[in-house]
Amino acid sequence: MTQVTVKRLWKNYGAQVVLENVNLHIGDHEFVTIVGASGCGKTTFLKMLLGIETPSKGDFLIDGEPLPAEPGPDRGIVFQRYSLFPHLRVIDNLLLGLELRGAPLAGRLFGARRRRARARADELLEAVGLHGSADKYPRQLSGGMQQRLSIAQSVICEPKILLLDEPFGALDPGITADMHTLILQLWNLHKMTIFMVTHDLQESFELGTRLLVFDKVRHDPQSPEAFGATITYNIPLKGHRTPASNAVPSQPRSPEEHSPS
Amino acid sequence: MRRLINQHPSRGGAVLLAALPFVLILFVYLYYSHARLLENPGDKLLPSPATIGATLHQYAFEEDERTGDYLFWVDTWASLERLGVALAISASLGLVLGLAIGVLPYVRATLAPFVAALSLIPPLAVLPILFIAVGLGELAKITLIIIGVTPIIVRDLALRTGELPAEQIIKAQTLGASSWQVVVRVVLPQLWPRLIDALRLTLGAAWLFLIAAEAIAATEGLGYRIFLVRRYLAMDVILPYVAWITLLAFAMDWILRIVRAKAFAWAAPDA
Repeated sequence: MTQVTVKRLWKNYGAQVVLENVNLHIGDHEFVTIVGASGCGKTTFLKMLLGIETPSKGDFLIDGEPLPAEPGPDRGIVFQRYSLFPHLRVIDNLLLGLELRGAPLAGRLFGARRRRARARADELLEAVGLHGSADKYPRQLSGGMQQRLSIAQSVICEPKILLLDEPFGALDPGITADMHTLILQLWNLHKMTIFMVTHDLQESFELGTRLLVFDKVRHDPQSPEAFGATITYNIPLKGHRTPASNAVPSQPRSPEEHSPS
Repeated sequence: MRRLINQHPSRGGAVLLAALPFVLILFVYLYYSHARLLENPGDKLLPSPATIGATLHQYAFEEDERTGDYLFWVDTWASLERLGVALAISASLGLVLGLAIGVLPYVRATLAPFVAALSLIPPLAVLPILFIAVGLGELAKITLIIIGVTPIIVRDLALRTGELPAEQIIKAQTLGASSWQVVVRVVLPQLWPRLIDALRLTLGAAWLFLIAAEAIAATEGLGYRIFLVRRYLAMDVILPYVAWITLLAFAMDWILRIVRAKAFAWAAPDA
């Protein structure tokens, strides 16, 4: 169960107010889509969730605890670009999360532990449709394949929250549809909470169980930076949540894979 | 007729064009050498290819009367050893410091301005200090190269580390990476090819410092020999030695380039 609570949150850079008086409660297994004009603080909001920005005032709580001030394994991220490691093959990009967790010093797994991790990575690779590209380098993949890998790379760590920063913004429309299917499938399978910033209104309505619109409610023509944006609409949507009982994973996973490797 | 900027030589044509300046220089040399030798057979400034060949043969394949060494190879080995040791130390220091400055804000705040200042000291101006402090032995020559080359490598690698997309470092942290793991799994592997680039870049400077140090205080070495025989106007030694140094430098650069391409297939060629 993951609860995200935001209470009277403000964020300003000097005199420039970016966010003002943001209040929010997000329950478990929600798919939150965030839209808003450029410069209205939605990316800042995501950065705070990620831990690379801190609130100026107010509380940002996950399960009642203040958000750590740095990124951590409980919050995964998929950026629009650059979130793959160019020096690692596809399979090693995917294995990285497991290896980092399993080997604090070397950051690499060997022998039986590597084989176990590899089996799990292979399975996920299959699920995201990249099993044929395991030995390629990221730069040899198309944009859509890169984003699939980046999503899988985060999901393998089983984060409580997955953050998506316009992940499909640079993709072809046809590929975007496939990506929507994939992300919904992974979201239902792993039961995490997703926050997704997007420019695509249709996408935000289609995917989300909740739509947040960031906008400024007050304007001062004399000093446009005096007031920040806040959540102007918080709309519950139908979404594509499958009830826990009939959430059938496309690839049923055997129990021992859940045990820490 | 296509524009000049769109006209490309064929493969064979490119090779011929590349060879052209070399051949041209060679012909100019041969012409003037011949002309001068006709006028004065004892001329030393532009020796004939035969004289150069004979001298080179004597240096490379005949024992020196005084020492019993093959001078050419003794010189080559001495210089390469100094260069190799110095570059290995510079590369290691450069990698560690550059990485630390690039990754850790505290180290950056402490060392970046210091290294920047250090890199502005003209290394040759420090040479007398080195000779006074550590004597005229190998240490002084190697240290000179290190002083000249390391700050450049450090700054370059720190810069390259900073150029890694912030997204990568953040992503690694969301995959659970500690600072150490970010270094060993994300930053360091991506710095290796850049270290090779930095070495290639500093190779010229390293040779410069090597020859300067050898010219002043050495008992063998390519630079030492050139400056020794200068007194006798022995162009028949100096010219092949310079050509040999150039060839060695080129070979080192070429080897580094090949290693980079073979060992780091993930990095786009020369990117």
